[in-house]
Amino acid sequence: MATFQEYIQQNEDRDGVRFSWNVWPSSRLEATRLVVNLACLYTPLKEKPDLPAITYDPVMCTRGNCKAILNPLCQVDYRGKLWLCNFCFQRNPFPPQYAGISELNTPAELHPQFSTIEYTLTRSQTLPPIFLLVVDTCVDEDELMTLKESLQMSLSLLPPNALIGLITFGKMVQVHELGCDGIAKSYVFRGTKDFSAKQVQDMLGLGKVGGAGGGGNIPPGQMGQPGMPGMPGQPGPGMPPGSVGPMGGPMGARGPGGQSVLPPSRFLQPVHKCDMYLTDLLGELQRDPWPVPQGKRPLRSTGSALSIAVGLLECTFPNTGARVMLFAGGACSQGPGMVLNDDLKQPIRSHHDIDKDNAKFMKKAMKHYEALASRACTNGHAIDIYACALDQTGLLEMKSCCNTTGGHLVMGDSFGSSLFKQTFQRVFAKDARNEYKMAFNALMEVKTSRELKVCGTIGPCISMNVKGPNVSETELGIGGTSQWKFCALGTNTTPAVFFEVVNQHGAPIPQGGRGHIQFITQYQHSSGQKRVRVTTIARNWADAVTNLPNITAGFDQEAAAVLMARLAAFRADSDEGPDVLRWLDRMLIRLCQKFGGYSKDDPNSFNIAENFSLYPQFMFHLRRSQFLQVFNNSPDETTFYRHMLNREDLTQALIMVQPILYSYSFHGPPEPVLLDSSSIQPDRILLMDTFFQIVIYHGETIAQWRAAGYQNLPEYENFKQLLQAPVDDAQDILTSRFPMPRYIDTEHGGSQARFLLSKVNPSQTHNNMFTYGGDGGAPVLTDDVSLQVFMEHLKKLAVSSTA
Amino acid sequence: MNPNDQYFQQQQQQPGYGAPQLGQNYGGMMPPPPRTPVMVNQPQQFPPANGPQNMNPYGQPSPRPPMTQYGHSPLPPQAANPNQLAQQMGGMNLGTFPSRPPMASNLLASPMPPQSLAPGIAPPRPGLMPPMQQQQQQMRHVSPQQYPNGPGMDNMGHPVNGQQFNSPRPPTGGGFLPTQTAGFPGHPPMPFQQAPLQQHQQQSHLPPTQQQQGGYDSMGSRYPSSPNYPPGMSGPMPGPPSQPMPPQQQARRLDPDQMPSAIQVMEDDKRTRSGPFATNQKGLVPPLVTTPYLTQDQGNSGPRFVRSSMYSVPALPDMMKQTAVPFGLVICPFAQLEEGEQAPPVVDMGELGPVRCGRCKAYMCPFMQFIDGGRRFQCPFCKATTEVPAEYFQHLDHTGMRMDKYQRPELCLGSYEFVGTKDYCRNNVFPKPPAYIFVLDVSYNNVKSGLVHLLCQNIKSILQHLPRESVGGQSGTSRVGFITYSKEVHFYNIKASLAQPQMMVVGDVEDMFMPLLDGFLCDPVESEHIIDQLMVQIPTMFADSRETETILGPAIKAGLEALKAADCVGKLLVFHSSLPIAEAPGRLKSRDERKLLGTDKEKTVLSPQTTFYNQIGQECAGFGCRVDLFVANNAFVDLATIGQVARLTGGQVYKYTYFQADLDGERLVEDVRRNVEQTVAFDSIMRVRTSTGVRPVDFYGHFFMSNTTDVETAGIDSDQAMTIEIKHDDKLTDEDGVYIQVALLFTSPGGQRRLRIHNLALSVCTQMADLYRSCDLDTVMNLLMKQSVTKLTESTPKQIRDSLINRSAQVLACYRKNCASPSSPGQLILPECMKLLPLYINCLLNCDALSGGSDMSIDDRTFNMFAVQTMHVGASLAYLYPRLVPLLDASAPASPSDQDDVVLPSPVRCTGDKLRDDGVYVLDNGIHMFLWIGLSVSPEWIHGVFGTNSAAQIDIDRTKLIELDNPRSQQVRSVITQLRSTRQRHMRLTLVRPRDKLEFVFRKFLVEDKHGDASSSYVDFLCHLHKEIRNLLN
Repeated sequence: MATFQEYIQQNEDRDGVRFSWNVWPSSRLEATRLVVNLACLYTPLKEKPDLPAITYDPVMCTRGNCKAILNPLCQVDYRGKLWLCNFCFQRNPFPPQYAGISELNTPAELHPQFSTIEYTLTRSQTLPPIFLLVVDTCVDEDELMTLKESLQMSLSLLPPNALIGLITFGKMVQVHELGCDGIAKSYVFRGTKDFSAKQVQDMLGLGKVGGAGGGGNIPPGQMGQPGMPGMPGQPGPGMPPGSVGPMGGPMGARGPGGQSVLPPSRFLQPVHKCDMYLTDLLGELQRDPWPVPQGKRPLRSTGSALSIAVGLLECTFPNTGARVMLFAGGACSQGPGMVLNDDLKQPIRSHHDIDKDNAKFMKKAMKHYEALASRACTNGHAIDIYACALDQTGLLEMKSCCNTTGGHLVMGDSFGSSLFKQTFQRVFAKDARNEYKMAFNALMEVKTSRELKVCGTIGPCISMNVKGPNVSETELGIGGTSQWKFCALGTNTTPAVFFEVVNQHGAPIPQGGRGHIQFITQYQHSSGQKRVRVTTIARNWADAVTNLPNITAGFDQEAAAVLMARLAAFRADSDEGPDVLRWLDRMLIRLCQKFGGYSKDDPNSFNIAENFSLYPQFMFHLRRSQFLQVFNNSPDETTFYRHMLNREDLTQALIMVQPILYSYSFHGPPEPVLLDSSSIQPDRILLMDTFFQIVIYHGETIAQWRAAGYQNLPEYENFKQLLQAPVDDAQDILTSRFPMPRYIDTEHGGSQARFLLSKVNPSQTHNNMFTYGGDGGAPVLTDDVSLQVFMEHLKKLAVSSTA
Repeated sequence: MNPNDQYFQQQQQQPGYGAPQLGQNYGGMMPPPPRTPVMVNQPQQFPPANGPQNMNPYGQPSPRPPMTQYGHSPLPPQAANPNQLAQQMGGMNLGTFPSRPPMASNLLASPMPPQSLAPGIAPPRPGLMPPMQQQQQQMRHVSPQQYPNGPGMDNMGHPVNGQQFNSPRPPTGGGFLPTQTAGFPGHPPMPFQQAPLQQHQQQSHLPPTQQQQGGYDSMGSRYPSSPNYPPGMSGPMPGPPSQPMPPQQQARRLDPDQMPSAIQVMEDDKRTRSGPFATNQKGLVPPLVTTPYLTQDQGNSGPRFVRSSMYSVPALPDMMKQTAVPFGLVICPFAQLEEGEQAPPVVDMGELGPVRCGRCKAYMCPFMQFIDGGRRFQCPFCKATTEVPAEYFQHLDHTGMRMDKYQRPELCLGSYEFVGTKDYCRNNVFPKPPAYIFVLDVSYNNVKSGLVHLLCQNIKSILQHLPRESVGGQSGTSRVGFITYSKEVHFYNIKASLAQPQMMVVGDVEDMFMPLLDGFLCDPVESEHIIDQLMVQIPTMFADSRETETILGPAIKAGLEALKAADCVGKLLVFHSSLPIAEAPGRLKSRDERKLLGTDKEKTVLSPQTTFYNQIGQECAGFGCRVDLFVANNAFVDLATIGQVARLTGGQVYKYTYFQADLDGERLVEDVRRNVEQTVAFDSIMRVRTSTGVRPVDFYGHFFMSNTTDVETAGIDSDQAMTIEIKHDDKLTDEDGVYIQVALLFTSPGGQRRLRIHNLALSVCTQMADLYRSCDLDTVMNLLMKQSVTKLTESTPKQIRDSLINRSAQVLACYRKNCASPSSPGQLILPECMKLLPLYINCLLNCDALSGGSDMSIDDRTFNMFAVQTMHVGASLAYLYPRLVPLLDASAPASPSDQDDVVLPSPVRCTGDKLRDDGVYVLDNGIHMFLWIGLSVSPEWIHGVFGTNSAAQIDIDRTKLIELDNPRSQQVRSVITQLRSTRQRHMRLTLVRPRDKLEFVFRKFLVEDKHGDASSSYVDFLCHLHKEIRNLLN
């Protein structure tokens, strides 16, 4: 094995997992002294083109409370046809179909390169995914027009067998019946009321109409009432409570008859059947006709509409993969979940209002959407929110809808912007195998060897409240369970999973012992198949007292930075901003104290290992980031940023924490440069990627040249190329990222340059610009401390004996 | 001729009423009057005030012409009295009614004068003349006695005063006899005390009595007690000593033909009073409703609009109390007019608005007295004087009349309309044209019965009958909307610009709302193609409906919300099928306990079971949303509860039990068509103002009253009448009279806010006889009927019956005591105007609305009760006394082309005795229509009309006569069409043959007969009433 760097990379490529520590301290005490938690970022559906197609059921440990899945790390007794569970050490016989097993003939799941493997459960019912469009009609005519176009276009992107439904809302909520001839039929609901699933079912006539509704089709005994508003903690219908492996026993028992084919309801029809009708229907869609008096906002019943959407799916397709796609052009202004009233005199809440407890609708609205989210989760339905408006749309209140169901949250200015259009198209993107990059109704379970316990996750999921022996008392993120539900899962959805070492200090682990973690993710593939992906990983134990360098070497500062960022953002959702910052600082100082080399009280003597060196810088940028600083951001923006941080994989998350800056100049090939004001030079073009924005910044000279039109002169072809290079690179990023970033092309002195200036390390400010002798770079007008100052202070505090 | 008359005649020749003409006409006499914005919408001629036989009362030079005019009654003083018919029924022995229940009274020997005997009852006594001869002889014999004054006496049967008396009248002289003999064959002259009161006093009653007695004596022995008569009763009864009648006469049966006949009365009135009826005097008694007359509005409203139960009001409340004659008005504000009658003209006063009394707010009317040179006017209702607005000022002529009197309808007509200003509008905004919303139950029952399909098929033709009224140059079109419902409510967007209709389902029945803003109410012409599509879609969409649990309350609420959203008033036509049992507001329980009907507990099932429908009805009424219920049920729907919506909003209830599209389809469509066509006034408020001394107290009809004076109806049609009881609480003076002004503020179908004003002046009398002479019995019955039906929900049927009997007894007894000449107490003397009172009271006691027992369903009973509440006088009369028309005698048209003017055969008395086995009869009461086919009808006729060979082969389940191309068939069908056209509802035709199951039902409507144990025949009742009267007199 080469360096840890390569090991980490290899592990990430194979298993989609990044641990903060790759060598684990062997005792609880030592683990807590490591400052950074033992945790990992795991991408359950990481795209792996090399995965074998396995169409049999996984083999599970027979111990009742274990049910871990056979994996390459198990010891196998080929002669005895036995395998030893590496989590509970149960000896399990192989099932009959494995009779031919031998050292030379092993099934795929025992091959070491398949520590991540995916099973396709063929016996399970296949159902196409369901898309329920919930469209705001209280928008401007042209906004509605482009939105309609996008929606019509999306019909061609959907799988033809997918079911689709349409709900429109304004002052009222209309559920459109699809595929009726001669008359356009819709069911109308008052936007001011909250409806239970039962009411929705009754009012839509789904109760007893020839079983057209989903209600009665679930065989008894399999689950509770399908329409029952589920507790987030309750195991979802169809998922036998407490069962570790839903495949195998319980699932086998269910068999093909388990979930009969639900006939499409009148409101949800296969795309191929109703796309013509729906295209026309969307085409005829009018703005909400109710008059809006002067000085008032339109009455928008987002809360009711979502509630009806959730209720409709709940009673027609419980426990089936579905997406509710909400297109909101403004904030909910009436009924349940209202974020503001219709009086234009009262602007929507700001961070300031929230701090001052002046957001009078916020708590109630949040409660409404949380309840909706938990109902949706119970039934395995995701909620996407595509909010396009110049003002806030109440994402803060609605965040739980996306955050707990795994739905997308997209924030834009206009449905006409390419940001929305492209992003929306990308929802239906396909991978190399021509399969949709989305999965539905996923359940992730974490198994650990007995030295470990799981504390929680931070990611777009909800707890299944499955208490097991490996569930820690300490909760970090969404804890208290070993299973989480992701109603929608993308290929880069990456939850952070936090662990706790529970091995007592006095109980040594045998030499060469390894800790094991298994992630079992079962989900509904976009084709409708039920699939199970299993990732089993192992790491060495090391005694931190004797073998600290070993552990230190296994530190992954990038993973650690992202994990800390998630923890901080998670805390910031509930705690006050300054508290989180203080906590972050304290953790950083403690880390430096623990792992830095220094003489006491001598800041200059401070040094730290290479694999820690970037960590303070990450923390510096994290402190300044929009995740923790709410100044200049609306609550909606903050919500959006944190939402993205919580679901993206390590690379993307790290970009969010510390944007990447590339420089283009005549002095050499494009190169990454420091995210520092000193990088802003007149003869450079800078490309900054903050994940949310792509900024191309033309230095002063370049901007002058460009303004003079040199690029158009044939003799300055090279200048033209220079101008083009960052644009091309930006395009690469733009085409691959979801959601599509905001693309900003600016120059020295341009107003949009603020995006760059707010991100770079303010090494030069109006306070010190002359002291550095003016060696280029652009001063940033801020009172924020620069990285240099930050580091000095850090060193001082780290070496201080009193701290 | 006074100058004004001349002037008026000139005016009439002018095409219009513009100011230039005014100037012209006044030319030189006086300066032109200040121009006021007078506009008469309808070019019309005011009836000439100067009739051929009298002067224009308002043309009198006297400052108070009406007074002078009324002061001099054209009648000779004694003429006041002869106009009563005193009918004696001599020989009635008091002892014959000891404590006998009324039902048994047929056993009483009716002390009638010599009668024609029904053959077979008893052979004529040997030695006596055959009855007919006897009768004739008696007639001849009595005539001179009876009419000592000879032809000069205006004495017969006509309560009217006024110029009618100038014309030769049938009763005079020989004219009397045929009439009487026709009506009362075998009637001795005696029973009719035709003499005036004075004459009664002078004239000895002895001769006739003796004569009668003679007759009775001989008759008495001819009638041994009938076999079923209890022997004990048949014996001589102890009678008062004064009773000259030998008791043994009791056992005789009275001949119904001798009783006062409704048919006769109508015929007489028709003969004498047909033709023009000028309303130029106060207290003028109008012709009967059955008489074809043409109103000439000359200052009072025509009787089609307002009828009073009495036209001469007693001056003292005491007298009113004593006589017990009910005082009330039946107001039919939008009554349909006959051809030749003038519709009330519309007066537009522009910004000024109607001129009103400053104190009581009465509207300008012919009764207003202009004083102070025309600068002020005095209101006859409250006596206050009000300044004339400057724009309205006009000089008075030398008679004290305004110069422009005959240019202004409000100064010379009894009925007219004002255009309302903004102040008269809801929220001070001019209204939009009212809208019509069809609310259709599409649940299983209605789909299966074919109603949904039928209605959708016919909606197009129905919509063509929507009223169209152009207002101010732009045509006011009524918009229509459609709602269907079963368990949820469906709204339809029928905007003309759509490619296909849109349906919006609202399942939230708890909290109904209007889901769409525009496109719901559309012009039926513009949106024709969409409506056509929709009407194809609705039956297909719900063809497979299995929904049997329906709602109703939310559907009505939906309609109301739709109107609210459109901010216009209008009406809902609700087609409902079954008891609303679905879980929704207004859910009802079944309580079909028909055995309670007729018992003291019946009010529990006749009153609403919840107040929900009353509340929603009030809500609708408050907004101006009329609800008409078309109920096509085949089980209990609790009409008593759901009908409240219609009642409170001024709507009608239609009921089609066991509706089948093929049988009842035509009826439903016709009813809907008529309903749509007839509704003429929306969102109306009516107030009745009276002069001091009397005041309206009780109101009956379909409306909502939020206070004690204003009658609010969301929509009122030309068939609907409101009955008002008037209380007399202060002394009246003869000079003043009683003035009544009915003002009804409404929105026209074209969306114009108008006021319709009806004025009526009644005279005041100090003599009781005057009162009895000027009563309108039909109106009295209308009032009594509505009162009784209203009481059904609060007191017991027995109490109501008793009070009706008591009251009528009191009325008649009072007359007997105070107006008739003293005579034997055994004589029944009836006032001429009220001689049918016993008949009608008996009809009322037995009518479905009042006494429907357990042989009918609760819903049918309730339906009758609702139907009665809105009836005008004509309808209530037909309801009480059905019309029985012999068909076979109908004069056959010479050729099919003449069938349009088939003369309706004269009706005959409504009794089984009149049915001949070889006859065919049509009976109708405005709700039901029967065609009774005798078993011996000629086969040719049967074949001609029914296409079968014998009566027995006729398919009696059919409700329509097949169309055969022969004169007989055409004639019969045209008679039926004609009969139907006179009624408000399209009556279902039921074919009945003797001994069919349905004959029992048919027989029930032969109101002079006895049916079952609970009712009495006319004759029995008359006897019973006589007994009651005598009890009172003693």
